[in-house]
Amino acid sequence: MNVSSGRNSVIFIIFISVGIIYLIRLFYLQVVDQSYTASATNNVMRLITDYPSRGLIYDRKGELLVYNEPVYDLMITPRQAKNLDTLELCRLIGISIEEYVEKFNKAKSYSAYKASLFEKQLSVETYAALQEKLYKFPGFYVEARTLRKYPLPIAAHLFGYIGEVDTSITRQDSYYKDGDYIGKSGIEKSYEKELRGRRGVRRVMVDVFNREKGSFQNGKYDTASVAGENLKLSIDGELQFYGEQLMRNKVGSVVAIEPSTGEILCMVSSPAYDPNLLVGRTRTKNYLSLLRDPYKPLFNRSQMATYPPGSTFKLVMALIAQQEQTLFPSTRYPCYGGYPPGGGRPKCHPHSSPLDLKASIAQSCNSYYSYVFRSVIDNNKYKSTADAFAFWRKSIEKFGIGIRLPSDLPNVLKGSVPSIEYYDKYFGKGQWRSSTIISLGIGQGELGITPLQNANIIAGIANRGYYYTPHVVKAIGDEMYLPEEFRIRNSFGIDRKYFDIVVDGMESVVESGTAASTRIKGIIVCGKTGTAQNPHGKDHSMYVAFAPKYNPKIAIAVSVENSGFGSQWAAPIASLLIEQYLTDTITRPEMDKRMREGVILPEIALPKVPVEKEKKITQKSPAIPVKAITRVN
Amino acid sequence: MRDQKNILQNIDWVLVALFSVMVLIGWVNIYAAVYNEEHSSIFDLSQSYGKQALWIIGACILALMILVIDGKFYAAFSYAIYVVFILLLISTFAFSRDVKGSFGWIDIGAFKLQPAEFAKFATNMALAKYLSTLDIRMQDSRTKLISTLILGLPAVIILLQNDTGSALVFASFIFVLYREGLSGNILLLALVSVALFILALLVKNSTLIGILIGLALVFILMVRKNKRNIIVIVSGAIIAIGMVYSVDYVYNDVLQAHQRTRIDVLLGKELDLKGAGYNVNQSKIAIGSGGLFGKGFLQGTQTKYDFVPEQSTDFIFCTVGEEWGFMGSLVVIGLFMALLGRIIFVAERQRSQYSRIYGYGVASIIFFHLMINIGMTIGLAPVIGIPLPFFSYGGSSLWSFTILLFIFIKLDSYRLQILR
Ligand SMILES: [Zn+2]
Repeated sequence: MNVSSGRNSVIFIIFISVGIIYLIRLFYLQVVDQSYTASATNNVMRLITDYPSRGLIYDRKGELLVYNEPVYDLMITPRQAKNLDTLELCRLIGISIEEYVEKFNKAKSYSAYKASLFEKQLSVETYAALQEKLYKFPGFYVEARTLRKYPLPIAAHLFGYIGEVDTSITRQDSYYKDGDYIGKSGIEKSYEKELRGRRGVRRVMVDVFNREKGSFQNGKYDTASVAGENLKLSIDGELQFYGEQLMRNKVGSVVAIEPSTGEILCMVSSPAYDPNLLVGRTRTKNYLSLLRDPYKPLFNRSQMATYPPGSTFKLVMALIAQQEQTLFPSTRYPCYGGYPPGGGRPKCHPHSSPLDLKASIAQSCNSYYSYVFRSVIDNNKYKSTADAFAFWRKSIEKFGIGIRLPSDLPNVLKGSVPSIEYYDKYFGKGQWRSSTIISLGIGQGELGITPLQNANIIAGIANRGYYYTPHVVKAIGDEMYLPEEFRIRNSFGIDRKYFDIVVDGMESVVESGTAASTRIKGIIVCGKTGTAQNPHGKDHSMYVAFAPKYNPKIAIAVSVENSGFGSQWAAPIASLLIEQYLTDTITRPEMDKRMREGVILPEIALPKVPVEKEKKITQKSPAIPVKAITRVN
Repeated sequence: MRDQKNILQNIDWVLVALFSVMVLIGWVNIYAAVYNEEHSSIFDLSQSYGKQALWIIGACILALMILVIDGKFYAAFSYAIYVVFILLLISTFAFSRDVKGSFGWIDIGAFKLQPAEFAKFATNMALAKYLSTLDIRMQDSRTKLISTLILGLPAVIILLQNDTGSALVFASFIFVLYREGLSGNILLLALVSVALFILALLVKNSTLIGILIGLALVFILMVRKNKRNIIVIVSGAIIAIGMVYSVDYVYNDVLQAHQRTRIDVLLGKELDLKGAGYNVNQSKIAIGSGGLFGKGFLQGTQTKYDFVPEQSTDFIFCTVGEEWGFMGSLVVIGLFMALLGRIIFVAERQRSQYSRIYGYGVASIIFFHLMINIGMTIGLAPVIGIPLPFFSYGGSSLWSFTILLFIFIKLDSYRLQILR
């Protein structure tokens, strides 16, 4: 049906009205309001990015660890770069004429109209000399940026570094443009959003002589940059520094955690390097030489190396079995230098027999924990070995083993725990028993945990049953907030009452056991030594501890590769760090000196490697095995 | 009956001429917008202007094909075409690559098709077909319901593909419904609600409510002798104020932060989303710097320096404004007004209801695109990324508007063969 024809006029009037309103608006914008036309013939508007200063990083005591230093990037707009004394410019910024042509063409192929980076990170001196003569070089201008600086040469792995953003990221995240910097590793990466701040843009009018003639429209369209948020780390700068000193000329790691908060106090990966090396114009060169170093200083051992948990794991087993009611303080198992049902394997070292639970910890008896493991896996409660194994696996996950601790550090590994499917495939479904996998009970076999996980378990034992996800940031920004997830208690799933005997066992390790040489006067330290067998050379030395026994303030895990017994290197280093942290003093200068000066490097580097062969050797690089097999003494 | 063989004889040449002029001006402006000294030929296929030349040739072929097909075909197959495009829209969920967070693209070899663009004319055909059925009365609620379903189905699918702009286009069909008998009050109500909704988010509440109360008082003064009208005005004002508050409440307290950001972006409130300026100010600067006569062909600086984002697609009008000045703006808007006027004129002379309704659909869609696209470049409309018909760079958009318009031209040329 055709409705009254007046409606076509109504519709057309609506259309026309919008057209007229738009034309009036356009007339106002284009003709009446002259401010937009201000960009007269010769003036050019230049868009200058106002880079925010990246957030500063402090340690837990408020000591400045990371700050910014200004540098200057020389930018070019190829289409405007005409009629200039190329030679003089080259001389000023110290490049050859060939380099100039190459850089110019590169910029032009990107865009003739848009500004792009010509020469990055000019020093303050170069900038000062150039600034005076910039009017001679139309099309060129300078953008201020900042570089990271580190007052102390510490914690390079933890801080991570900043680098130019990858195109894969610029494609996904519209905040970043090519040439921008972004946190690439460490906390620079995990706190990128907080640290980076917000870019601003200034519109500046520039005349034919390359002189700025003030801001466009009085800065009406400019946006100010917002500085990044500062971070207060839980790291103790002094402790970190001391840890790195003690670990010098050794390969390994130290992780210390405050049990009552989950705050990481220090995190050393050795060999370490000065973070200032990976900054500025020499960065690429330094990076390559670090990459070629056979000791792999760039590898962050504290969170990426995995070792069999060994001794630490016996503590875990003692707790799980007590909770399961298959182990009691009075439970005694015999040991004849090995675990007889397993044909004398795993082997054990000579000690008095039989042992009760507390003594088993002090003596670290392999046979004892083989029986304990069996009591858990062969428990009648479960229908099959696989069921019991599934329970066991779930129990150790509560200790943070085999899971990725949701820390605020990037690249935290979850280590390895074998699965039922793995054994089904390896031995056949239903074809494996507790005896088949007995080595798991003493933290051997297919188990692997990182030093961070190791320290976290000790922190949880220090708390008698729970842990906070280990994290390195104590507070973010001026409001000093902390992500909620770091305030959540994670339970081990073990009742409080089962901890006392385990802790007592650890106390006796330091009081009278394998770590007795590291006793600290006036502080009760609970520890556990371990030695990881290394098929490629000398054994690795391991030590975990917390102190004081009551109301513990620090939990620590130290590993020193190729250093033999745990009591030889790892335990003294941990002991010195505990004392330093708790009392701020060193009462054992001899031990301090011996640790500082000790050189325990794997043999590969002893004959000085000729430069041209370097590459070949790095490729083989079996020298520092990430995984090693632990055998406990 | 007239001679059917000569297809070209009964064609409305005014529409064809307007179409050709707009497409050519559009092409030249794309050339200016992304002009690259290294590739100065307008046919250089590595540049978007070269590609646009291909799209234009394709569009001409499409137009010819549409004119050759029998005029009876379109009405007869309306529903079938609608169903095909709905299925195609749904299939994009399965086959598409994620382009800028929106899913609405299908890759066919080197081609990227955006079914959402083509859904417009298919929906227009289906609506025209339905409303031209005998014994349909727009006043019936059943008619309203089915019309809403025909329009809503593609809109919802497109909305789910994160293409809010293209989904909103379907709202423009309210003009068609109005033309076919929908109450004028509903049109008025719709226009006022949209205006209120946008104003509630852009203007401070107190200011807006002050204006509303002021308007109500003026109206009351005007009709002060009629008590019934006063009641209507007062209750209208109360409802409007309530709406302002509820929009505010929903925005601040119900929506999540990321949803708020999306609305802010839509309204152009979120100014610095892309760091170095992704905002309306950029395009206002570009257009404003054009002056009365513009800077001249290829002389624009704002668009060249990439100060204006998406300059060849959604912000093509910036190049017109900067290089051709107010005169250019006048010509372009004038061309669109002429086109819209001509379409309405031609629609009104149709004997078949189907053709008339289809014609109004064409006008409504083009009008909506024009209003939003130019509106956003001068800060009068929210920033919704939809192209300027015939001007913006891109094959899907050009082809879908060509099809949309030329089906109408074909229907019109065929009108004399329809016996009443
Ligand atoms: Zn033993």
